[in-house]
Amino acid sequence: MRKMIRPCGLHCIKINHLGVKFGDQEVLEDVSLHIHCGTLNAVIGKNGAGKSTLIRAILDDIPHEGSIEFKDRENGRIQKLKIGYVPQSINIEKNMPVSVYDLIASYRCRFPVFLKKSRKTEAEIKKALAVFEAEELMDRQVCNLSGGQLQRVMLAMAVMDDPNLLLLDEPVSGIDQSGMELFYRTMDYLKKNFDLSVILISHDLDYVVKYADKVILLDKTVRKEGSAKEVFQSEAFQEIFGQEELPGYVRG
Amino acid sequence: MFEYGFMRNAALAVLIITPLFGMLGTMIVNRKMAFFSDALGHSALTGIAVGVIFGITDTNLVMLAFGILFALLLNYIAGRGAGSADTIISVFSSLSVAAGLVILSKDGNFGRYAGLLVGDILSIAPKEILSLFVIFLISVFYFCFCFNWLNAAGIHRTLARSMGIPVLWMENLFAALVAAIVMLSIRWVGILIINALLILPAAASGNLSENMREYFFFSVLFSLFSGYAGLFTSYYTNVAAGPVIVIFAAVLYFATYFYARKHQV
Repeated sequence: MRKMIRPCGLHCIKINHLGVKFGDQEVLEDVSLHIHCGTLNAVIGKNGAGKSTLIRAILDDIPHEGSIEFKDRENGRIQKLKIGYVPQSINIEKNMPVSVYDLIASYRCRFPVFLKKSRKTEAEIKKALAVFEAEELMDRQVCNLSGGQLQRVMLAMAVMDDPNLLLLDEPVSGIDQSGMELFYRTMDYLKKNFDLSVILISHDLDYVVKYADKVILLDKTVRKEGSAKEVFQSEAFQEIFGQEELPGYVRG
Repeated sequence: MFEYGFMRNAALAVLIITPLFGMLGTMIVNRKMAFFSDALGHSALTGIAVGVIFGITDTNLVMLAFGILFALLLNYIAGRGAGSADTIISVFSSLSVAAGLVILSKDGNFGRYAGLLVGDILSIAPKEILSLFVIFLISVFYFCFCFNWLNAAGIHRTLARSMGIPVLWMENLFAALVAAIVMLSIRWVGILIINALLILPAAASGNLSENMREYFFFSVLFSLFSGYAGLFTSYYTNVAAGPVIVIFAAVLYFATYFYARKHQV
């Protein structure tokens, strides 16, 4: 677990000409983005606009064109980019005997979770959970967690080895209004107190307005990027979302 | 009863097979591969049939090779997402049973192979126990080194891959391992009930457990218990051992199910 470091503002992540094809179908083409450290970047777009594909391409989970660079802005040194990823949902069914320890340790340590707990790993996990005030969840069964609790557990796992970039889908199910507010405030806290940037797929434009530093409107390629206001007032946004989905403050 | 050599052999075989099945079952259940392992059991018929066609007398070897190929093929096709995995597995399973039956029933000789359906643990010989022991060691080795990664891949593939876990290798090795174990034990356990032995102890354990350590422990324990309870009961009542073992495992499943409901585990 990292020490808290204020964002230095000197790193940036450059995504250059990313393109993805499934067979003959072009899902993403020529996506170029510039992500500064310490910023929350919200990706918005209709269903099928390629939002999830973008995340999988950045993770290098699917074949893609283009490149991703992680640069020090002062001397242009290129470093290895570490990515933390929080999926929208995981395959844990009701009654599955997987505890929070089992879940995280399966990804993070080699000592078989069915034999006994590794003290060292347990201490690491506890520390990570503590950042999100979730230490008491360590031995709970994952299937019994609420949506918000699971979200905090997955976030704790994602920031365990000091990522430079956090990739995530906004939670859509099992989280109520106050949970969403808490989620976005956690994002805010992360970007301000850890040296990382966040790329977030977002479905709720009201929160985007309130919290995002930069908004990226995606429809196969980047149609518009900039502040929430710039994007929401753009023609491309009108074309894709139409009038009715505008958040109150732009409509008014 | 241990004055009989066949009972000593059977007792030894149960000591190897049941913990192995209990161990493997945990991951088969968690990864929702119950149907997959069932299909593998059925494909044993085709394995033997292939051996008959090519006139190979060592059926074990042919079955092993065929089973592993079959498992990897199923994994590959299901992984490509061309259709629902359930349907694809069902198609291949029925096809392999049909092909096996066609070949083995030629000239009305299927009776010779009917024993495979129920299995007979009392007929196991020391050499065959040794081959079970070897696959047991391989499985323990795999579980100790790969269990976490396999579990991680089952929970979320992309997340696992993003952390550098060789997901495809883990899945294929596990499928091959299940195939090898099913093929090597099918003659003692029987095609009709082998899947029950793989699934029931783990499912019963899942009813009670809250974490992987409990899950694993109870699964192996339930499997061992049903194995010996079944073997001894069959000795005194003179019925086939395999089905009695399955009945014990099923009773454990229902007992744990109702216990868990009552106590809100």
